[in-house]
Amino acid sequence: MANDQITLYRLQACPFCERVVRVLDEHDVDYESRFVEPMHSDRNAVARLTGKRTVPAIRDPTTGVTMSESANIVDYVEATYGDGGA
Amino acid sequence: MNVVEFDVVELPATDHPEPGETAPEFTRPLVGEEYWADASLSEVVDDGPVALVFHGMDGSFPATYMWNEVRDREWGRRLQVVGVSVSTPYAHRRLIEDREMDYQLFSDPGAGLADDYGVAHDLDGMAGVTEHRPAVFLIDGDRTVRYAWVSREWPEFPDYDEIEAAVDDL
Repeated sequence: MANDQITLYRLQACPFCERVVRVLDEHDVDYESRFVEPMHSDRNAVARLTGKRTVPAIRDPTTGVTMSESANIVDYVEATYGDGGA
Repeated sequence: MNVVEFDVVELPATDHPEPGETAPEFTRPLVGEEYWADASLSEVVDDGPVALVFHGMDGSFPATYMWNEVRDREWGRRLQVVGVSVSTPYAHRRLIEDREMDYQLFSDPGAGLADDYGVAHDLDGMAGVTEHRPAVFLIDGDRTVRYAWVSREWPEFPDYDEIEAAVDDL
């Protein structure tokens, strides 16, 4: 596990998570998937990261960014790793 | 007077990794208290020696007894302890919670590691199910096997004292 890898917290069969997976794959961004439980109360790792218990959530050590909400994450990945990004 | 016959079931000998050999590399979902993520054996041993503990599916009594014993003996204070069974990550999460164990578990539902490690077990007669027989391998930071025990009876439990002596020699 490279230390500069993005960490993606995801839930199996969660369409919003798949949306983030797609955009990461499209831009060849390296990431580690961490799967969490359907029950929100069982998601302490996510809560510590973002202050919320929703997934998807990401942590990008390269930029120091942590965020949730798939639309935000998709925008962030495109802006940061897309053609117009850094 | 009735005498209860009790036949211990013998398991066939297997060709498993022996001390001095390199433990087969693999990657599987590794389940912890809060989430699971793919991890390789190499990544695990990078953090130091590991006791790789194969067991029957979560919920079977040998698995429960063995994890209770390993927890009570606090092996985790001496080296990393990591389990393997065919159970899903969801079942592993429950086992970790129920047994209050501070150990991570690999999920190997296809039992592919059972062949790699010579610990296949398909004796229980559940159609289509192969799982892992109880086995313990001590593996050092170079991924070299330093101790190996694979059960030859069903059920059979590890010799915990012998393993602790082997841990002392790591």
